[in-house]
Amino acid sequence: MDKKASFFRKSSVQTIIASIICALLGILVGFVILLIMNPSHAAEGMGAILRNFFKYNQSSTTLLYYLGSTLVKAVPLILCSEAILFAYKAGLFNIGAAGQYTVGILASLYTSIALGLSWWVCVLAAIAAGALWGFISGFFKAVFNVNEVIAGIMMNWIGLYLTNIVLGGKKVMDQSTSKTYNILSTNPKALLPTFLSDLFGHNQYMTIALPITVIVAIIILVVLNKTTFGYELKATGHNKEAAKYAGMNATRNVILTLVISGGIAGFAASMFYLTGIEQYSISSSVPGMGFNGIAVAFLGGLHPIGAIVAGLFIEYLTMGGQYLDTNYFNPQVADLMVAIIIYLCGFVLFFRNLMNKGKTKALTNVNDESASDKKKDANDQEV
Amino acid sequence: MGNEDYVIEMLHIRKEFPGIVANDDITLQLKRGEIHALLGENGAGKSTLMSVLFGLYTPEKGTIKKDGQEVHIKNPNDATDLGIGMVHQHFMLVDIFTVLDNIILGAEPSKFGFLTKADARKRVMELSKKYNLKVDPDAKIQDITVGMQQRVEILKMLYRDNEVLIFDEPTAVLTPQEIDELMKIMKELAAEGKSILFITHKLNEIKEVADRCSILRKGKYIGTVNVADTTKEELSSLMVGHNVSLKVAKEDAKPTDEVLTVKNLCVKSKNHNKDAVHNVSFRVKAGEIVCIAGIDGNGQTELVGGITGLENVTNGQIILDGEDITKKSIRYRNTHGISHVPEDRHKHGLVLDYSLEDNMVLQRYFEKDFNKAGLMKRDDIRRYSDVLAERFDVRSGEGAKTIVRSMSGGNQQKAIVAREMDRDHKLLIAVQPTRGLDVGAIEYIHKAIVNERDNGSAILLVSLELDEVMNLSDRILVMYEGEIVGEVDPKTTTLQELGLYMSGAKRDHRKEA
Repeated sequence: MDKKASFFRKSSVQTIIASIICALLGILVGFVILLIMNPSHAAEGMGAILRNFFKYNQSSTTLLYYLGSTLVKAVPLILCSEAILFAYKAGLFNIGAAGQYTVGILASLYTSIALGLSWWVCVLAAIAAGALWGFISGFFKAVFNVNEVIAGIMMNWIGLYLTNIVLGGKKVMDQSTSKTYNILSTNPKALLPTFLSDLFGHNQYMTIALPITVIVAIIILVVLNKTTFGYELKATGHNKEAAKYAGMNATRNVILTLVISGGIAGFAASMFYLTGIEQYSISSSVPGMGFNGIAVAFLGGLHPIGAIVAGLFIEYLTMGGQYLDTNYFNPQVADLMVAIIIYLCGFVLFFRNLMNKGKTKALTNVNDESASDKKKDANDQEV
Repeated sequence: MGNEDYVIEMLHIRKEFPGIVANDDITLQLKRGEIHALLGENGAGKSTLMSVLFGLYTPEKGTIKKDGQEVHIKNPNDATDLGIGMVHQHFMLVDIFTVLDNIILGAEPSKFGFLTKADARKRVMELSKKYNLKVDPDAKIQDITVGMQQRVEILKMLYRDNEVLIFDEPTAVLTPQEIDELMKIMKELAAEGKSILFITHKLNEIKEVADRCSILRKGKYIGTVNVADTTKEELSSLMVGHNVSLKVAKEDAKPTDEVLTVKNLCVKSKNHNKDAVHNVSFRVKAGEIVCIAGIDGNGQTELVGGITGLENVTNGQIILDGEDITKKSIRYRNTHGISHVPEDRHKHGLVLDYSLEDNMVLQRYFEKDFNKAGLMKRDDIRRYSDVLAERFDVRSGEGAKTIVRSMSGGNQQKAIVAREMDRDHKLLIAVQPTRGLDVGAIEYIHKAIVNERDNGSAILLVSLELDEVMNLSDRILVMYEGEIVGEVDPKTTTLQELGLYMSGAKRDHRKEA
């Protein structure tokens, strides 16, 4: 067996290749859509999206400023995907991350604007709110065996309307603009401390959220791979029955996993809204951050570090939509492209399987015995 | 033209699965209007043969004849067209549909795309009356008894004018009264000219209803007998065979202290409304191997589940080394003296996507040998795994970091055995420890178990393999329908006697508290 073949058989390498194929395919399909919408300007439009903020390449300050903004906006997306992949490793599909993120917005904005607290208290409140939301889903899952997806979706809507009600009040929302007050003007001490802001063209939204996101990803990596807690969670995710056999406490682990996942999602909200870059306005649908996080998690190969790369890429494309010439294109085309890539993310596994086809032959010899063994087991059960 | 007596002939059927021949040159001839029993142990190939007839499997060799004409049955629809119907062991009914809807499902009468249920209802009621199959056509399946569900399955076959009826272990889920009723119905059907194939391993039932009986053993055809001319003893010996192949060298047991005491244990069944384990009491002492023998599905799994904590116990007591552990958690039992080689190594025994080393510490990862302040002591785990693998000859492609899924079944099983034997324990529960393994691995594991016994462990062995039961155990308890129906000494008993206990033809009224 030559070295090259074994390199491509490595599952991590395959995941990366599959993810890149998905991303490229998404861009390609996006280009086809641009072609259909306006054939003569399609290439130009595609160029604008891909070139993105690099069109400011004459001035490194401006360039860095916009790069900074992309990073800031990628933070909540990455953290949401970390929340989702963490739960996913334990065999739980935390679609409720969207709702946990939403109550995270609620907690961080209410504590900062209405209560005038310091940033770190607001962050803790957001974590607690998300964790509570996760706890509720986890509790129902562990105790009453309610599917966490169903419970999560319910909690998403409950979280959204609760947030609309609380943040829609006079204390938090400017009734004339229908947006929450700017933290900078109402309670500057609730803003996250800035970080390398000067380096990124005095972008005041560059805060400690950025390094913290990286730290969170590393912590998750360590927890999953180096701790007994992660060992238990992954065992449960891979084989619930074996985890039970080994005496692991499934009830506790399910609840704890969703509490942590929810906490991270809530944290994601605080890491975005406490920069002051955006204000919340009443919404009739659950913020998409938690849902897009699912796609980012898969595009990132369900790896904490992969999620950072995937999150940056998706955010880059989303931002690219703003550079489209609105005379020819609707800027939402970029969202459409992102949606297509997200859709294709579902195919990461498909591409991996495709890559393994033809290579499995060599592996079958190793597996032969266990396969026939399995067959016999199955046969035993039939008779 | 003697062939015309037969409605179905399966000639020289051979069906292989990777690594195993499930049916090897099997011939089965079913006469018109007879009840023909198909007898054999677990894994003898009964269900495979019936699946071939019903079109679920295509045989590698052999021919099937219907009324003397060769036919090719490629799928269940072909079988239905030929008038072959089957009542599966686990009923194929839609729970939330009514009885009538279930009966007509797949053969719905319709006019212009609209159901014409009135005609169907009339027909079903006629059939129900004719064969004395009492059902309520408007009751939902989920609301009726298992016995009635079975009558629905039978009506389904009759509604389709099937003339060959296959019953796959139909009495497994029924109460004694329901069994009597079913026997009566089967006789009536046969009298009406239907031909019945009856899969079972209960000798009493064969003696009661069957005209002839074909016996399979380990995928091979043993013979066909007239039930009236034979005895239960003879049937039993045909079923289990005589060959004792592997002998394990072991000395007489020297039992000492009582380690496990089970008192009046009851465990509810997940499949039906009866107890899977009913009032079971027994003891296991240090230094002896006690074996629970029996045909699969007679409560062994649930009994082990009750003792290890995987299943909830509804009644009774489990005492381990003087301590009542009936209500203790699985973790507590794991750390207080129970080792468990589980029945299904893929379901319970291993996390297949974990490495060998991670599987080696599956119940011990939190102990201070392998865990420091919540962090896994990777080096120690690796070293421990290597030591175990060396000692128990567990072979794997990449050593301790091999993903267990890629290992062979035998080595997976050895890994489990190694892990369970090395853990601190007073009681080793080994369920089907050699299932699906080759002779070498079987011998190895048997030796290891005897060794454990000689080192003072109490061993509870659960096995479906009679050879294993006879060779390894010091005492044998036979389980039948959730109860222990007899205790025998492997040195004085015969396979025939065991077979009689296992098939419910014989039972002691033993008392052990």
